[in-house]
Amino acid sequence: MAEQDPAPGCPRGKQKQPAFTWEVRANDRSYHRQVRKKFAFCLSKRKYSGNAIRTAKYNLLTFLPLNLYEQFHRMANVYFVFVILLQTFPEISTLPWYTLLFPLSCLLIIRGLRDLVDDIGRHRSDRSINSRPCEILAGSRFCWRQWRDICVGDIVRLRKDSVVPADLLLLCSSEPSSLCYVETADIDGETNLKFRQALLVTHQELQSEESMAAFDGRVRCEEPNSRLHTFTGTLRWRGRTHALDGDRILLRGCRVRNTALCHGLVLYAGFDSKIMRNSGKIKRKKTKLDQLMDRLVIVIFLLLLATSLGLAVASGFWARTFQEKHSYLAALYQHTSPAHQAFLNFWGFTILLSIIIPMSMYITFEFIYLVNSCFINWDLEMYYGAKDIPAEARSTSLSDQLGQIQYIFSDKTGTLTQNIMSFKKCCVNGTIYGSGTGHENKQPQGSGLSGERPGEQKSGVCDVTLLEAAQRDNDPVLREFLRLLALCHTVMVEDRGDQLVYQAASPDEEALVLAARSLGYVFLGRTQDSITIRELGKTRTYELLAMLDFNSDRKRMSVLALCGGDAADAVRGQPGGERGRVPRLGPEAPRGRGAAGGARPGAGQALRGDGAEPAAARGHSHRGQAARRGPRDHPAAETGQHQSVGADRRQTRLLTDDMEILEEKEVSEILQAYWESNNNLSGHGDAPCSLSQQHPETPCHKRAIIISGDFLDRILHTGEVLKEKKGWPWQWLCCGRAEASQDQGALVEKAFVDLATSCQAVICCRVTPKQKALMVQLVKKHKKAVTLAIGDGANDVNMIKTADIGVGISGLEGLQAVQCSDYALAQFSFLQRLLLVHGRWNYLRICKFLRCFFYKTFAGLLAQVWFAFHSGFTAQPLYEGWFLALYNIFYTAYPVLSVGLFEQQDVSDKKSLEFPELYVVGQQDELFNYRVFGVTLLHGVGTSLISFYITLWAFEDHVGTKVVGDYESFSVTVALSALLSVLVEIVLDTQYWTVLSFLMVTASLLLFCLFSFLTQTVDAYRIAPAIFRFPDASWNALTDPYVLLVVLLSLVVNTLPSLTLHTVRATLGRASTQQRIQLRARRAPEPPVELRSHVPRGSFRRSSYAFSHQQGYGGLITRGDSLRVRDSLCVRDSEDSGRVRDSLRVRDSRDSGRVRDSGNGLRAGDSLHVRDSL
Amino acid sequence: HSTSEIIILKAAEFKKTKIDYTGTEPSSPCNKCLNVSWDSTPPCTCTINFTLEHAFESNVFMYYGLSNFYQNHRRYVKSRDDSQLNGDNSSLLNPSKECEPYRTNEDKPIAPCGAIANSMFNDTLELYRIDNDTRTPITLIKKGIAWWTDKNVKFRNPTGDGNNLTALFQGTTKPVNWPKPVYMLDSEPDNNGFINEDFIVWMRTAALPTFRKLYRLIERKNNFQPTLQAGKYSLDIAYNYPVHSFDGRKRMILSTISWMGGKNPFLGIAYITVGSICFFLGVVLLFIHHKYGNRNTSADIPN
Repeated sequence: MAEQDPAPGCPRGKQKQPAFTWEVRANDRSYHRQVRKKFAFCLSKRKYSGNAIRTAKYNLLTFLPLNLYEQFHRMANVYFVFVILLQTFPEISTLPWYTLLFPLSCLLIIRGLRDLVDDIGRHRSDRSINSRPCEILAGSRFCWRQWRDICVGDIVRLRKDSVVPADLLLLCSSEPSSLCYVETADIDGETNLKFRQALLVTHQELQSEESMAAFDGRVRCEEPNSRLHTFTGTLRWRGRTHALDGDRILLRGCRVRNTALCHGLVLYAGFDSKIMRNSGKIKRKKTKLDQLMDRLVIVIFLLLLATSLGLAVASGFWARTFQEKHSYLAALYQHTSPAHQAFLNFWGFTILLSIIIPMSMYITFEFIYLVNSCFINWDLEMYYGAKDIPAEARSTSLSDQLGQIQYIFSDKTGTLTQNIMSFKKCCVNGTIYGSGTGHENKQPQGSGLSGERPGEQKSGVCDVTLLEAAQRDNDPVLREFLRLLALCHTVMVEDRGDQLVYQAASPDEEALVLAARSLGYVFLGRTQDSITIRELGKTRTYELLAMLDFNSDRKRMSVLALCGGDAADAVRGQPGGERGRVPRLGPEAPRGRGAAGGARPGAGQALRGDGAEPAAARGHSHRGQAARRGPRDHPAAETGQHQSVGADRRQTRLLTDDMEILEEKEVSEILQAYWESNNNLSGHGDAPCSLSQQHPETPCHKRAIIISGDFLDRILHTGEVLKEKKGWPWQWLCCGRAEASQDQGALVEKAFVDLATSCQAVICCRVTPKQKALMVQLVKKHKKAVTLAIGDGANDVNMIKTADIGVGISGLEGLQAVQCSDYALAQFSFLQRLLLVHGRWNYLRICKFLRCFFYKTFAGLLAQVWFAFHSGFTAQPLYEGWFLALYNIFYTAYPVLSVGLFEQQDVSDKKSLEFPELYVVGQQDELFNYRVFGVTLLHGVGTSLISFYITLWAFEDHVGTKVVGDYESFSVTVALSALLSVLVEIVLDTQYWTVLSFLMVTASLLLFCLFSFLTQTVDAYRIAPAIFRFPDASWNALTDPYVLLVVLLSLVVNTLPSLTLHTVRATLGRASTQQRIQLRARRAPEPPVELRSHVPRGSFRRSSYAFSHQQGYGGLITRGDSLRVRDSLCVRDSEDSGRVRDSLRVRDSRDSGRVRDSGNGLRAGDSLHVRDSL
Repeated sequence: HSTSEIIILKAAEFKKTKIDYTGTEPSSPCNKCLNVSWDSTPPCTCTINFTLEHAFESNVFMYYGLSNFYQNHRRYVKSRDDSQLNGDNSSLLNPSKECEPYRTNEDKPIAPCGAIANSMFNDTLELYRIDNDTRTPITLIKKGIAWWTDKNVKFRNPTGDGNNLTALFQGTTKPVNWPKPVYMLDSEPDNNGFINEDFIVWMRTAALPTFRKLYRLIERKNNFQPTLQAGKYSLDIAYNYPVHSFDGRKRMILSTISWMGGKNPFLGIAYITVGSICFFLGVVLLFIHHKYGNRNTSADIPN
């Protein structure tokens, strides 16, 4: 039985593989239903989950308990509940029960509602996903069902463009050799097509519905896991066991492309599918201010405890006095000791002052963050109209940190440069076509080629002469060259109505194919073993004999093709195309490979000696032209993509095509922007780092260093080794040397970081994604700095995740970078605005908000402490319960909120951009830190003291008709004084007035009036005298002119100092900003890095290609199946097999002994291959 | 500036007389009563003579003032039952627990319960004008001293058949320190029981340990005569309220009142001070602005 023999088909054996305990029986639902597994103590659940997913957290019943449980993970909430529980003891309940319960429940409700809305959204999306249609084999026929009906073991039919509903084992497809094309954009963001292939046996046997219904194979494989790219298992069917690997699996979330029909067996459904297993929790990044705030809350809490303790001790002494002397109170002190009283009063004070803990701060904070993110999303200046991509703040809790960035790490390819490929230049038969040859300024005339369908002619040709030459069609070499361009690639074509859409694995391929098309050689389509092109209007089909995909070893691609039917033509018609990818390591880097003479069959080892017609192809790397012309201009501009494709046949000298920087102008502009913003940032002594995978040339910019990945590795490696050592404390405890070396390693790292940060720019070339992340880590660790990483590709994900803020460039290389980023921008140049404008404003806003928030809390509520000194330290609350309950969320929240939302523009956005010096405040934490907090605290203390003592002195000696120093009037007066002082202070502090800010302040006052009225009406008192204790108190107090005068006095006294300060600052303070700017003007401006392009901008196509880090799929197209042995050829070309081997040898030697020929770029007999490596 | 001047001028018009009758000094007529207890019978009485230098033209308000008396003590403030005071019959017989230990006495509910009511000020003050050795009593009006809200909303007598307060308060007992039950506070029915204004005024607790409470009104009789002529007066005190144990003081204050209250130097002085500071600051800032402001405005960052 197959069950007893778990992995007969697994060659790797048991020691490496976990036991294949996941068994799937095709078309056997009952089996999968009955199998159960233990998951807790003695409970068990079904082993195989259904395909319905539930990402929603709550349902009707669980919402309340679960949501509350989640909310009480927040310490502040727990604390408040603790205090509320404390209040139930009558001896210490100093505040009425609703004072804390009301705001707390308000906050809980608000947050709960938000969670609810989110969860409803998740429910909706779950429902829509679960009810997507799909075809399931039921009985012997396929029926339309919904995704949620799918069970493990079902057979599912998928059509073109449908989404794979679960992890499937591909059984068969309508394509020849059971290929199935999938796009994995939703999984890893890569938009190139990938191939999956079914087992031959299933493909052949399962062609009808009946056979599928009868299919009873058993798959044994790993338990569900999150490894997206690996799969091992076996299929046991009809007594034979077949090994399965990742290429047989269609993952949930993929989209089937270019395949009419395919069938799959469900292996993992629902939450067992790899993509679902992979969706982990996102780690929330915390901003510096966030952390500071958390610490401040603790500081406030400690202050509270200390104050309570001090007051409680005092109350102990007073208790003795009360007990002994105050006869009217003595009865209250029966049977207690002063210590007991002090203990009770300690808790009483803790409850009384707990309102000072900023309960509503976090939620206000979140709201401000949210709105600020919306401002970023709505910013039209950061909207990229060409692609309809606005900036997007994906993480809403980091906006203030944008104003504090100290180091920027940027990916180069695709981020700084745009990675746009277009055909620029080629050299065929000794003639150089393209830009730089003097022809490029001519407008191509009569470019409408015969046979071109409308809409296809859009890729501009760089050179009219080339077009003319191609149309004349009298140069066989040129013809071969163009044919080669149209044949040698792995582009897939999709016919959308009147337009051919090319799906290329890499942008350069697409550019070449497009170039061929615009020159009259239109690639029309491919089947598994043929390629159809239209050569100058004549459609020809080439039989594809072999395809050698690009890989990083060969650095080229070859195709063996045979022109249909025509044997004579076959020999000539098999251009072996090779493209070289040569790593460009710098000016002195090896550039080129000696041209191998002779008709060396360059099609490599994949021919397997099957006697295919030798195709001579030779790759040659060439940087010549570009290197010679470019470098003196500006190296940085040269970092664009150079490409050349060469092909060589019959030892003639050959077709050379040199693709130059596509959008060189664009690149330089972007680089310009980059340097500008970097200069802006570095203008005050901060060194931005540019991390880039390949940025080999030294920019002629002073104070910049370049570090290669290897060097980086050495530095980082020491660190890592030491990290490992740290894990073994005894090692370095007992061994001093380890410790020394650890110190040394840290020193090396530190020295490196110091060196790097003293430069204006650091360029790291040829670094791996991990190194990028480590680099960020290094700076974060040693500089304690706020870092930002920006990138667009999957290789930047690590870096983006590591940095304090990750920015993804959207819409270029798939979604992976964006999906991990905190902010998504459409263009690199928007970064400047994001930081200098939005970042700065957000930082200003948040800081001002925090100051105002703490101020209003202290100013309003500390008066209770002072009152304790006059009430015998008995923790009698000064304010009425409702005032306290509403103070934080209704009376003062809105103006503070409006400060956080709208306060900004001390200078306009243009000035912010123009004077990046203004950004320094954020980098140096100037606007909110412990010192500012201390000042705010003192200010609040001052305000509360003034409000309290002015009222006290005014009331002490006062006689009047109504207000004769009674508690209620006193309370109302102090409350009103404090509230108004706070509001006026906020009003004074607001520099930027909007209608909304005005409304917010008005709303506060109105709410104060409204709620004072409501909670103090006579009717409310009649209903619940214990809850509404102050009937008509405000009315009685505030109709007394004397009280109004007192309020006015304390308001004036409170406002006077800050008003003076504001005036003085307005008069004198601006000078500092002014001086800064003058200083900057006086300082000789550093010459901006000049980036010029020597190639005018042409039309270009942007490829949406995500660099896949895997090998291309060309091999998959043809592997095994396409590369079929052709009998005729075999016979005919047997004599050539020797040559094939020859060529292999030659090629090998050529590869191993990379010719370091930095001399002349273009030599006779050389074909040029330059392509930017990844 | 103008405000503060008005306040000063106004304050100057006010007349105020303060008489401390605690009797801590041995020479004081009330010294004999210093160690009186809450319910000493007969009450210790003493008389203090004083002279008004100026006539009090308008209506005169009579206050009693206590100092070092913590009416804002948390547990003291709480020690009352608002429902009971609001006329709730069930609370009358079953007062709130907040009133402990003044909730019940000898198994009978106390009405009004609580420490505040229990410690109600119970000195009786009477004012006589001494004109050629004849003591003319001055009419002291005891109604109209409480807030309207208190009198009509917060405090209500229990309801029941008839208006006989004695019957309505059946089943309750008087507060421990009181000499007589609550329904015997006054002879007039609309000033008796819980709505007795002296009681209401006392129950409106003071914010600070030194406080005054309105005691009586003296209305101006006619336009030809000031309310209180200058001259000799005597204050007769039924001294019941002990304050000596906690170093308290007892005062009687006579004052006239305008729209902004009685005579109070603090506010006036404060306003003058603040006004001067404002003026001074204004001058200084103007100077600063004049000297430094111009230089910057032209070259400032334009928005």
